[in-house]
Amino acid sequence: MAQPLVKKDDDRDDEADYSPFLGIEKGAVLQEARVFNDPQLDARRCSQVITKLLYLLNQGESFTKVEATEVFFAVTKLFQSRDLGLRRMVYLMIKELSPCADEVIIVTSSLMKDMNSKTDMYRANAIRVLCRITDGTLLTQIERYLKQAIVDKNPVVASAALVSGIHILQTNPEIVKRWSNEVQEAVQSRAALVQFHALALLHQIRQNDRLAVSKLVTSLTRGSVRSPLAQCLLIRYTSQVIREAGNNTQAGDRPFFDFLESCLRHKSEMVIFEAAKAITELNGVTSRELTPAITVLQLFLSSSKPVLRFAAVRTLNKVAMTHPMAVTNCNIDMESLISDQNRSIATLAITTLLKTGNESSVERLMKQITNFMSDIADEFKIVVVEAIRSLCLKFPLKYRSLMNFLSSILREEGGFEYKKAIVDSIVILIRDIPDAKESGLLHLCEFIEDCEFTYLSTQILHFLGVEGPKTSDPSKYIRYIYNRVHLENATVRASAVSTLAGFGAAVDALKPRIFVLLRRCLFDSDDEVRDRATLYLNTLGGDGLGTENDRKDFLFGSLDVPLVNLETSLKNYEPSEEAFDINSVPKEVKSQPLAEKKAPGKKPTGLGAPPSGPPSTADSYERLLLSIPEFANFGKLFKSSAPVELTEAETEYAVNVVKHIFDRHIVFQYNCTNTIPEQLLEDVNVIVDASEAEEFSELFSKPLRSLPYDSPGQTFVAFEKPEGLPTTGKFSNTLKFIVKEVDPTTGEAEDDGVEDEYQLEDLEVVSADYIVKVGVSNFRNAWESMGPDCERVDEYGLGARESLAEAVNTVINLLGLQPCEGTEAVPPNSRSHTCLLSGVFIGNVKVLVRLSFGLDGPKDVAMKLSVRSDDETVSDAIHEIVASG
Amino acid sequence: MSPPPNELCPSVKNILLLDSDGKRVAVKYFSDDWPTNSAQEAFEKLVFTKTQKTNARTEAEITMLENYIVVYKFVQDLHFFVTGGDEENELILATVLQAFFDSVGLLLRGNVDKKEALENLDLILLCIDEIIDGGIILETDPNVIAGKVASNSIDSGAPLSEQTLTQALATAREHFARSLLK
Repeated sequence: MAQPLVKKDDDRDDEADYSPFLGIEKGAVLQEARVFNDPQLDARRCSQVITKLLYLLNQGESFTKVEATEVFFAVTKLFQSRDLGLRRMVYLMIKELSPCADEVIIVTSSLMKDMNSKTDMYRANAIRVLCRITDGTLLTQIERYLKQAIVDKNPVVASAALVSGIHILQTNPEIVKRWSNEVQEAVQSRAALVQFHALALLHQIRQNDRLAVSKLVTSLTRGSVRSPLAQCLLIRYTSQVIREAGNNTQAGDRPFFDFLESCLRHKSEMVIFEAAKAITELNGVTSRELTPAITVLQLFLSSSKPVLRFAAVRTLNKVAMTHPMAVTNCNIDMESLISDQNRSIATLAITTLLKTGNESSVERLMKQITNFMSDIADEFKIVVVEAIRSLCLKFPLKYRSLMNFLSSILREEGGFEYKKAIVDSIVILIRDIPDAKESGLLHLCEFIEDCEFTYLSTQILHFLGVEGPKTSDPSKYIRYIYNRVHLENATVRASAVSTLAGFGAAVDALKPRIFVLLRRCLFDSDDEVRDRATLYLNTLGGDGLGTENDRKDFLFGSLDVPLVNLETSLKNYEPSEEAFDINSVPKEVKSQPLAEKKAPGKKPTGLGAPPSGPPSTADSYERLLLSIPEFANFGKLFKSSAPVELTEAETEYAVNVVKHIFDRHIVFQYNCTNTIPEQLLEDVNVIVDASEAEEFSELFSKPLRSLPYDSPGQTFVAFEKPEGLPTTGKFSNTLKFIVKEVDPTTGEAEDDGVEDEYQLEDLEVVSADYIVKVGVSNFRNAWESMGPDCERVDEYGLGARESLAEAVNTVINLLGLQPCEGTEAVPPNSRSHTCLLSGVFIGNVKVLVRLSFGLDGPKDVAMKLSVRSDDETVSDAIHEIVASG
Repeated sequence: MSPPPNELCPSVKNILLLDSDGKRVAVKYFSDDWPTNSAQEAFEKLVFTKTQKTNARTEAEITMLENYIVVYKFVQDLHFFVTGGDEENELILATVLQAFFDSVGLLLRGNVDKKEALENLDLILLCIDEIIDGGIILETDPNVIAGKVASNSIDSGAPLSEQTLTQALATAREHFARSLLK
């Protein structure tokens, strides 16, 4: 125990630093490599030197071209030695050096000799090395040997040839395709790994021939595959065949499903899991199909092996996103995983539970999570916070316990990202659940009392300034805000001043008191704080210019120009007699960063997004459209659709369209991306043919002046349509533009361009485009208060459907309404289901829909549709959508 | 380094053997996801720090980092890792890890630590070479792998007098191992 500390450290250092490669140096090793040239080769010595060279490469050292060539030539001399071990190291070294074509020639003959050697080890390795370094020309020479090797009785040799074949197929497919017969023979091999490699190669040879792949799968699923790895491959190929055939066969049992199900009883866990995963990923999988897969995954949940538990819980987590009810059976096992040593498993278990949980289990779950939160890392906590956020949106009635949970973890220790995730969640809940507003704002107020992150404090203060004045008792927030002016750094103080002014401007009763507070800020030590206080006092004080509304707009209204443009304009502004004119700032959004496209689903939410109005994208669309003068008189934007792709992935020009619905107009926003570096597109325009949309008449289009490589741009086409009606139609689109070649070295475009066209896919405007998803927190109350005056009820037969859940989903998507209270999820095996929907119809008419589904016979689904709204024509319109859909 | 030939074929993105400070003992990358040495080192650092505090000594452990699945197992001062894509079957990766772990155990005759691994680095490198070829799983049976590697090892025919004591011991061990593996 009482050992001197120094001694102990010495010991540890010695041990840790000991290495046979201590003090190794590239120069010295390269010198040593000269032994390769000795007439009397010392095999062991040579092996050691090669190991040293490999060690250097492995540690990240690199050889210059000259050094590599020198070493390569020296190594080729070692083929003279008959030492097995040395030869093996030589093979390894040659692969690591990846010699160039003219160097390869030097070793070709030696390797070809080894390929025909009597020693299997030589043959197998020589094949692998030669195929790795060779180019196409040599292949024809060795093809004969490779074909023989594929059916060699030694599995190592056969595998080496097959795996090499898989690699060569990438570069020289025409050669490998000629080996089909041999590969087919190898599929029948008794050696497990040979079968695996042969199957992989055979599938790749035939992958473009659907029929051949389907035949291959059909013959192999009858049961001649022995190796678990090959069986996994077969499962993957089978799901591919099912996927491709899926669209053709609508009714009846899925082909090959029996095979997948039988694999669930395989003796190898690897195969069982692969099959279970494949089943869960089937397109439109039914609950009956899911059940056996879920059952084996459930068994894995209680395995002693972390890998097995992880694999199972991860797969179930994915299933829970689409079929939450199917996973509920595993909830008990899942709950025991919350305390799993492996935190990845625990987090996946929690988020799965949050997805599958029903309203009644929320409280119990929150209790368990509270215990768990203290001992996981921040990144896992963020995942949990996000899951809780979506749970709260699903069960708005439970906001109280979820909000309490969020505020309690907000008070605990944590890093910036974690705290930001919590604050973002609270902000989203405040916006989407009106009842949660007051308590949420108070939680945020308490948080800024003791918040170490300036960024979060300022964001919250700004948010308070927007939301606080709209509450029933705005005065109770003032104390929290004014405290910041006393206790914080200059940045926070400045934003607290702005927030105070916001309250003063919005709530007349508070104005005199706010002014007193603002006057105190005139003596602040910081310029910015004093400036802001002065500005607000003078402008709001009453003797400024313009009407009161003008002044408020000036202080609190949003800038109608993109900030980037404002920044560049300000940078370009040269101080002169003429004042800076904000109207000179261009309003067009030049180009969006491509990063947005690369991270789908990571749209800014919460505080990062513009704080007014809940859906952040819609808000930015609105601002974008308002900034274009031609659209200014269209009135208020009702709805913007999600982008619809008009081109396949990976085409020359990528185009998607967003449909913006106004009361009497519709605007198509085409987002175009040019993916060819050598081209510059100019005068980009979309020619829209509306012959199949008679009620629409084109007003004008707004072309895009230039579209350089990789920076997306927008062009717009506007249509007029009958007012307030859900007019539908089909539009065909052609992209028209002038192409200019771009010199890749200078990046400059040529002067002359060529006119060109590019056919895009058709676009449809459907009834659902005229409906905005808006949830209600208590459907029954909303339904009762709407009253039966404009209620319309009718019954529909939906015909044979794959399942009840599928029918429910189809109707939800058709109507484009927001499912409420989690009623979109259909419990497995149920014979009837009621689904509650709500939304707003064009013309700002609230719509509530109650759908009752019932199974009528084995597959036939019947539906009763009750609609309530403030306007009977709207109720009729909803029925019209279903009747025609 | 060619990219994985076919998204349907199980593939391994890298095999890492690090010491208890996260330094490289032997690594092999089969994917272009980490094109430079510094990118590779950054990944190794991430993997090492994120797994350092876990107990992966009795059973192989697993985690997800940057959309890769990493399975790992530790023994003494050595940390074994196998990385695959996020769609890969976790159990296949675990099989590869176990193959690597067990064959190194066989080749080092149970003395699995950093010192021994570095002294027999040639065996470790050959071992990786026998398990994965360009991302494709070549063999997963540890006895077969170790057998293929050991039969290739240093020529034992040299007279003992020319060998240092460690070399002599190593040779003796080889003989022993070979007799065991046959």
